[in-house]
Amino acid sequence: MAKKVALLQGNDACAQGALYAGCTFFGGYPITPSTEVAEVLSIELPKIGGKFIQMEDEIGAMASVIGASLTGSKALTATSGPGVSLKQELIGYACIAEVPCVIINVMRGGPSTGMPTGPGQSDVQQAKWGTHGDHATIALVPASVQEIFTETVRAFNLAEKYRMPVQVLYDEIVGHMRERIEFPEPGELEVINRAAPTVTPENYKPYDTSFGDVPPLAGFGTGYRFHVTGLNKAQDGFPTTKAEYVDAEERRQISKVEKDEARAVIEKNEEYLVDDAEVLIFAYGSTSRSARYAVNELRKEGIKAGLFRPITLWPFPEKRIAALGKKVKGIVVPEMNLGQMNLEVERVVKGTCPVLHLGRVDGEPLNPGQIIAKVKEVK
Amino acid sequence: MSKRYEIRFSGAGGQGLITAGIILAEAACINEGKHAVQSQSYGPEARGGASKSEVIISDTPIDYPKATIVDACLAMTQESADKYANGIKAGGVLLLDSDFVKNEPKGDFKIYKFPITRTAKDEIGREIVANVVALGAMIALTDAVSRDAGLKAVLAKVPEAFLDLNKKAYNTGYDKVKDLLK
Repeated sequence: MAKKVALLQGNDACAQGALYAGCTFFGGYPITPSTEVAEVLSIELPKIGGKFIQMEDEIGAMASVIGASLTGSKALTATSGPGVSLKQELIGYACIAEVPCVIINVMRGGPSTGMPTGPGQSDVQQAKWGTHGDHATIALVPASVQEIFTETVRAFNLAEKYRMPVQVLYDEIVGHMRERIEFPEPGELEVINRAAPTVTPENYKPYDTSFGDVPPLAGFGTGYRFHVTGLNKAQDGFPTTKAEYVDAEERRQISKVEKDEARAVIEKNEEYLVDDAEVLIFAYGSTSRSARYAVNELRKEGIKAGLFRPITLWPFPEKRIAALGKKVKGIVVPEMNLGQMNLEVERVVKGTCPVLHLGRVDGEPLNPGQIIAKVKEVK
Repeated sequence: MSKRYEIRFSGAGGQGLITAGIILAEAACINEGKHAVQSQSYGPEARGGASKSEVIISDTPIDYPKATIVDACLAMTQESADKYANGIKAGGVLLLDSDFVKNEPKGDFKIYKFPITRTAKDEIGREIVANVVALGAMIALTDAVSRDAGLKAVLAKVPEAFLDLNKKAYNTGYDKVKDLLK
C-alpha cells in the first residue's frame, strides 16, 4: 500500500512525530514560532487519553513536563529562545535528576524578545551550555519537515534510553514551511520505551549503577517510592555531599552520553560530496539546504566543495570533523548567528585548516550566493 | 518541469495569499506527486501589512526552500508590488490586481493584469475568494500544475458549503488569464 503523503508544516510534523513516539503529555506556553506544535497536540492528545496543559509560564511548563515524565509519561514541551532561557534551571534539574523529556526550540533571533517572526540559529550554544554546572547535552537539528518528524521520534528514544532531557532545535524557516512528508507506518521507525525496574519496590534505588550507566527509572504511582532532588545524591536518591558519590555521579552523567559507544548511537550526520572535497561547508538546519544548493553550483564551476551536515549537533562530531580538518583547505561555517558552531569546529580542528564563519542575523536566511562567495575566499 | 520552478504570491496580510500558496503546493505534491515547498514571511502585524508566500515546485527534492529568482509573481496591492515584485527572472511573469497596483514594477518580465479583487466581488459575489481567483489565474499563467490538479486541491481545502463558490472563483480566474494569453 502506498504511504500516506501530505503537505505538512514543520511544527505539525513535530507534533505528529511526538504522537508516533508515544508522547502522552504536553506542557507548554505559546510562543512564536513554535505555537503550532502546541495547537496540534491540544487537539490530538485528548483523543488518545493524553494530557495537554497550558501552564502559567515557561518555567511552570518545564516543571509540568518533569513531573509528568516521573509518572512514566513521555513528555514534551515546545518553545522558542525566550522560553528556553526561562526553562534553564529546570533543564538542569532534569539533567541531574535524570528525568527523560523532550524540549523543542523553534529558533528565532535574540537576545530577549528579538524578532519573533524571523528565523535564527543563535541558540545552539545555549543548548549546550544554557544551564549551569557540568552536564551532558543531546541536541538534534533537523533540516526538513520529514526530518522533524523522524528526529522528534529519535529525541524521545534518546531521552528514554539515556534518561535525560533531549533538545530538538530547528529554525523558524523549517518550522513554518510546508513540504511533502511521507508518514512512516507504525513499526517502521524504532520507538524506545522506558526500561522498567527489574527489582521489587523495597529493593529499588533510582540511581543504582549496578544496573549500568543508565539505571531504570520507576514511574510514580506504580508502587515504587523514591526521592527526587536537584542536589547531588546517592544511589537511593537522597542528598549527599560524600565526595565519592558526587564525583562518580557527575562523571557518569556525562560519560553516559560522551563515551564512544554512546556517541556511536547518538551521533548522526549527513555527508554530501565530502570524499574529494577541498573546501568543507559545515551547516545545519535550513542553512544546510542553502549550503547544499551552493555545493552543487560550486561543483559546476569546478570548485570541489562538500557539505557536512550534523543531524545530532550535541554531542559534537569531534572525531569526524578533526579528521576532515586535516584533509581540506578550509571549513566554512554559515549559520544564522554571529559565530557559535564555528568555535566548536575551530576547537576540534586545532588549527589544521582555516575556519571561516559566515553569519547572518537580519531575519533573512543565508542564501546560496553568500555561501558560494565565502567558499571562494578559501585559498 | 525537472528544474526548480518558483512562484511568489504577495499582497496584504489577511487576503489569503498564504493559503493560495499552500493550495498550489498541495496540488503539486499530493495531486501530481512532485516535490513542493511552501514558505512565507510576514511582519508582526496579523493583517494589513505586506505579506508573501513562496512555492517552489520540482521533480526532484528541493534544497534551498526560499526563492532564488522567481519565475512568476503575483501582487495584489501596491505595497506588495513595491516590496516583493522583484527578483523576477528575465522572461518571467508578473500578475497584478489592476485596481490596486497603479505604479507597475519595471523589469525584464511580462506583466498581466485584471481587477482580481473586483472580479471576486462582482462576478463571484464574495470578495473573500479573491485569493482563489488569483490562484486560478496564476495556474493558468504558469501551468505550474494542471488545471484539474489545482481545482482538486482547492476543493479539498474548503468547507462543503463553499465548494461551488470556490470552484467558480478558481475557474473564473483561470479563464480570465487564458483569455489574456490568447
